[in-house]
Amino acid sequence: MSSLLTTEICIVGAGPAGLRAAIAARDMGACVMLVDSEENLGGQLVKQTHKFFGSRGQFAGMRGIDIAKLLSDEVTKDSSVTVMSDSQVVGFYPDGTLAIEKDDCLKLLKPQRVICATGASERMLPFPNNDLPGVYGAGAAQTLMNLYGVRPGNRVLMIGAGNIGLIVSYQLIQAGIDVAAIVEAMPYVGGYDVHARKIQRAGIPILTSHTIKAVHGRQVVEGATVSAVDAQFCIIPDSDRYFQVDTVCLAVGLTPLTELLWQADCKMGYIPELGGYTPFRNENYETTRPGVFVAGDLAGIEEASSAMIEGEIAGLCAAKSLGYEIDDFEDRINRAKTELRVLRQGPTGEKIRQGIASLMQLREECEGA
Amino acid sequence: MNDGRIILHPILEFKEGKKVSFTFDGKEFQGYEGEPIACALHAAGVRVLRESPELGRPRGFFCAIGNCSSCLMTVDGRPNVRVCVEKLREGMNVKTQKGKGVLLANN
Amino acid sequence: MTKINEKFRTIPDSKRRAEGPVVVIECFQEIPCDPCHAACNRGAISAFDDINHLPEVDFTKCNGCGLCISVCPGLAIFVVDETWKDDLAVVRLPYEFLPLPQKGQIVDGLGRDGVKLCEAKVVRVDNTRWHNRTPVIWIEVPKDLSMDVRHIRVGGTSLDGQKA
Repeated sequence: MSSLLTTEICIVGAGPAGLRAAIAARDMGACVMLVDSEENLGGQLVKQTHKFFGSRGQFAGMRGIDIAKLLSDEVTKDSSVTVMSDSQVVGFYPDGTLAIEKDDCLKLLKPQRVICATGASERMLPFPNNDLPGVYGAGAAQTLMNLYGVRPGNRVLMIGAGNIGLIVSYQLIQAGIDVAAIVEAMPYVGGYDVHARKIQRAGIPILTSHTIKAVHGRQVVEGATVSAVDAQFCIIPDSDRYFQVDTVCLAVGLTPLTELLWQADCKMGYIPELGGYTPFRNENYETTRPGVFVAGDLAGIEEASSAMIEGEIAGLCAAKSLGYEIDDFEDRINRAKTELRVLRQGPTGEKIRQGIASLMQLREECEGA
Repeated sequence: MNDGRIILHPILEFKEGKKVSFTFDGKEFQGYEGEPIACALHAAGVRVLRESPELGRPRGFFCAIGNCSSCLMTVDGRPNVRVCVEKLREGMNVKTQKGKGVLLANN
Repeated sequence: MTKINEKFRTIPDSKRRAEGPVVVIECFQEIPCDPCHAACNRGAISAFDDINHLPEVDFTKCNGCGLCISVCPGLAIFVVDETWKDDLAVVRLPYEFLPLPQKGQIVDGLGRDGVKLCEAKVVRVDNTRWHNRTPVIWIEVPKDLSMDVRHIRVGGTSLDGQKA
């Protein structure tokens, strides 16, 4: 084991939130180490081939893959941010030391501040044979095809009509792969209407009030049965439809990747609207453990645009807490907080607003208890 | 090795890496250096990567981020390697893993 | 899926459509998004007071230039020209698939549900660096289908009868 490394701010995860946090903290003058388990910086952006929504501040109209390049170029343009790629933070010790695995070796890093931006993982769905090869997370299938150029299958059934299900379905068609249908248990499409329209005009049915009943196959997926559900999500008898597919993609939600925060003894609350256990944090995105900040999907499942702004806030505030100052600090922090409020104030932000309100209320209750 | 590969794409260009050979359960396969082992196998049509320890059920790729342990294989004698994130190198010896794998086993 | 009609403020009425090419923005859900405003250099798409609002279009200012088509992240913007020919209109639509159709090729014109409505001749393909991998396809459709055809399926036959 090597000697103890040090830095002022360690950022865990180089997705949209972590990259923006690194840029912000660097701009403040702090010494930053950015650690990511992948070789390429950008997190999930590296496979997002679609153009992003939002406003110009969050690169609206640019494709995720191009935003990833822009942000990682900015982070690596000089040596002010130390980048550790292919490196996984596997431990958060009580004294604040991080254990980082790289090339089968463990390194120890003791930063003065930590910004966790580890993102999210995909949820599983219980149904018979859900463990058969060919049942893949939708994001995982997207990685196969958009990052590595490998076809996830020849004919896919997509489960979930949220934005991920809709976007990955569209990208499957772009890669020349058949999408048999999109299955959604809710009576309505959860993702953006414009994404749904792109899918529907390509002739792909979106079956709302339907669920996957079972997957069939001996060694791998050979087909799937889909059934209609009633208002209580109970399967309606004799409504089965069989789809001959070799792949079933699950796009049934994300949950924050909180392992490090549990180790760090950050207090959390179970907030369904934010994807599950979510860290308590203040408006500067600092958790209940002083010096540990969060940003992005880890702080509540949302869009990449808001993740970037949260990263900006966490990066600025972490550096500020170390005594760094810049002239336009107040401008930048206020602009970021305004942008975040504006992104969330529409109808599509209702769920996230409710989730954040519940999180803040739960935190107060816990602190009062 | 290109059957499962996407050649033309309206948005993306896939740069071919260096071709490398590896073995899977004793048979020779090819893939691109540095891509996850699971990608090279998937492109070659291999979807079953291990057998579950208790019921011996087939398991494959699932999460692609090294998180779910569905894709554990034995690589160069080392069991429980997450092949969705383990990079392919020339000459690797990749085996379907049965059960929990045996530590310190010979290749 | 929202049914389209001229009551939507982003859908030009038949009178305006009879005057020349005009934008049709099929964006009916408030989401945080505003690039269409910046794309229009004639000020036909108003600035957003709230980024979540729907676009506001001034059809008297729009000349149907189509600069906004490939900028829209939702691929929800089309241009319709009902003055193209006596019985034929042109629909310009974003198309991010391969193979790209060629000028002169006959393709299937599809409705919003993906059902084939007609055969359509491709009269132009805009695909410059500026379009950023969202080419804009110009297709000729029967005039009464100008507000219905919103996608194409490539793989018909070209004008000289050869399989595309």
